[in-house]
Amino acid sequence: MAKTILLAALLLLGVSAWAKVAAPAAADPLLEQHVMAIAGELRCLVCQNQTVAESDSDLAKDLRDQVREKLKAGQSDREIIDYMIARYGDFVLWRPPFKSTTLLLWLGPGLLLIVGLVALFRRLSNARDAAETELSAAERARAARLLELRGETEET
Amino acid sequence: MVPELGQFALALAFVIALTQGILPLAGATTGNPAWMRVARPAAHGQLVFVAIAFGLLTYAFVSNDFTVEYVANNSNPRLPLGYRIAGVWGGHEGSLLLWVLILSLWMAAVTIFSRGLPDEMLARALGVMGLIAAGFLAFMLFTSNPFGRLFPAPPDGRDLNPLLQDPGMVLHPPMLYMGYVGFSVAFALAIAALASGRLDAAWARWSRPWTTVAWAFLTLGNALGSWWAYYELGWGGWWFWDPVENSSFMPWLLGTALIHSLAVTEKRGTFRNWTVLLAIVTFSFSLLGTFLVRSGVLTSVHAFASDPARGVFILAFLAVVVGGSLALYAWRAPNIRQRGGGFSLLSRESLLLTNNVLLATATGTVLLGTLYPLALEVLGLGKVSVGSPYFDTVFVPLVAPALFLIGVGPIARWKNASLPELAVRLRWALAVSLASALALPFALGRWSPAAGFGVALAAWIVATSVVSVRDRLRHEKSVTDVPRAFWGLVLAHVGVAALVAGITLVKGYEAQKEVRMDPGDTVELGGYVFRFDGVAGVAGPNYMAERATLLVTRNGKAVTTLQPSKRRYLSREKPMTEAAIDSGFTRDLYATLGDRLESGTWIVRVQVKPFVGWIWGGALLMALGGLLAASDRRYRIAVRSIRPEAQAEGGRGPAAAPAGAAQAAVSLKGGIEHG
Repeated sequence: MAKTILLAALLLLGVSAWAKVAAPAAADPLLEQHVMAIAGELRCLVCQNQTVAESDSDLAKDLRDQVREKLKAGQSDREIIDYMIARYGDFVLWRPPFKSTTLLLWLGPGLLLIVGLVALFRRLSNARDAAETELSAAERARAARLLELRGETEET
Repeated sequence: MVPELGQFALALAFVIALTQGILPLAGATTGNPAWMRVARPAAHGQLVFVAIAFGLLTYAFVSNDFTVEYVANNSNPRLPLGYRIAGVWGGHEGSLLLWVLILSLWMAAVTIFSRGLPDEMLARALGVMGLIAAGFLAFMLFTSNPFGRLFPAPPDGRDLNPLLQDPGMVLHPPMLYMGYVGFSVAFALAIAALASGRLDAAWARWSRPWTTVAWAFLTLGNALGSWWAYYELGWGGWWFWDPVENSSFMPWLLGTALIHSLAVTEKRGTFRNWTVLLAIVTFSFSLLGTFLVRSGVLTSVHAFASDPARGVFILAFLAVVVGGSLALYAWRAPNIRQRGGGFSLLSRESLLLTNNVLLATATGTVLLGTLYPLALEVLGLGKVSVGSPYFDTVFVPLVAPALFLIGVGPIARWKNASLPELAVRLRWALAVSLASALALPFALGRWSPAAGFGVALAAWIVATSVVSVRDRLRHEKSVTDVPRAFWGLVLAHVGVAALVAGITLVKGYEAQKEVRMDPGDTVELGGYVFRFDGVAGVAGPNYMAERATLLVTRNGKAVTTLQPSKRRYLSREKPMTEAAIDSGFTRDLYATLGDRLESGTWIVRVQVKPFVGWIWGGALLMALGGLLAASDRRYRIAVRSIRPEAQAEGGRGPAAAPAGAAQAAVSLKGGIEHG
């Protein structure tokens, strides 16, 4: 009996009786992670440059709820994204879909790189061909003449 | 009366700027030394009057003069003094005034530190900067007057945007503008060189320290902006690929390319065409950034001022400056004979050029992603959003090779590097980076390809830096013989490594939990136990806050106390989240207070962010490296030693000594031969 009281007292000393490990805000943390991953790809349409995952707005909360419900109902990521596009248009996606109007957006960086590298390679080949350029005798003479000329005009 | 004086000072500054833009340029063209000499005093006069205007606007803020519309919109008597002063650049008009003030400071710096420049070059460079200043002053006077009056005066100001009431925001714009605007010096020197036909190694040498210092400031500015977003926006993110962030990131990328290409032009005389173009384009991107942010074309978390009418003015100005300088380039560049030594496919030159191609492509990509939605909308092809998922996908593959080259470039020889020799010198660096890529992620808990790749790149840069320091010390007699420029290079590259390591580790190993908490509740994350000790009401100078207290322990030992809060500013409707952060060398603890549930329970979000501080620490190292390199003594001594050549070519001063003849001849051969 005494031992039990002591044990209880020790327990009470350590932590307050009502303290507990906090419950996750979401009922299912794993599901929530999945919801946030999808929400991170969606634009909060009423905010300025925020994702649905980041925003505190009512619309963002509502969209997160919808994503959660659809995931619970067993829909795939693709289905949920398609649903959002159908409802809000391409604007809702932070990663624009690959189609005719976004062709340049997705291929542009690659094209730029190829153009840059081709130009670079041509330039490098030229540079290699051009041996260390030495001044020809004629050029030296011309330079000396010019310098002399300038020196004279300066003195006069 | 006082605000009118401010406006008058701006008007005077505008007239001086016009004079500075016209007379010295005309003087340099016609060879009129008296006109050229106007440049220096004009630059000083402009600084004086712009500073007066800036001081008077500050005075209006400090004295709560709400008859000034700009003050009424951005301040409030309850705003603490420090933020009232920072409020000067908290809105559109004041930001422009800060822009012009910083431009005047750079001009004054040019007059002081460029005594070695030939008069003609100085006159042209200051003239170009004067024209830019005139454009911005006109923009202020005609569309964005900070001294506009408001009658009757409101009894109370509207207060500064709460997001801006923060020490990070006080420093962010001045740093950013120091960088942005600083590139105008490199731009002005490039235009002056094109106009005078002196596009040679001396030009590159003059441009280098200016460019590097501006770049260092821009690095700091971007880092401060990212840090501010990290703790002020309350999501724990540190880079959003927001259009406004992109606007200052693009000049940074190009500035980085410019620094490297200037190095080649100065040392080896090659790439002149490219380098001068890059100097023009880099500053053009600074202007483009100003346009994007200030015109209100983009609306984002960072842009707080928008007025479409102003956009037209900046766009026209942008067209004139960029169009004009590119036209000058197109006219003069074909006459630049590519001189300088040849170099092989594998050499320091070719590696630096490849780095330039990668950085330019990266800039193009950011530009594409930033403007694409605007372009589609304007063309009526629909609305799209381009955000981090896009940028992360396309940006990383472009930057990774550039990071790899950081390791090779400084080791490779100029002119001709041999692959076997490089391989021998780099083999243990390669081994070290592969070993850390395999081992380090395991030590942190789990291995993933992304973490391994990032760690490998960071370790590669550090290991190769060690190799280059060792080789360098072997060749110099003593440590003091190693020039500062070299230490600057090493420091900046190690900074890049720290940045890469920070990004990799925080992306790979950050953890967060969102929980419901009653007083006494605990939550465990990453070995830390957070105990919630309730929420108390606190009154700030111009807000009311609800502040939570979280006691953090690790293995039973107290670590820190975090006090995240929600502030409700008297002037605004929506509450603001104030995160609480405990910063450490290896991790940040980040806590935010969410909503209060009906039961009185609070939603609390705690995050552990490993090595996130390395991101800004790395940027700081890069900036310090830049400043160290710019302070190298060769820039001070060199200016004098290249002077005879400059004068011989410019046709002034004593005739060149025979020894200088060959040098001058080289200049002739390589310089612009336009008659």
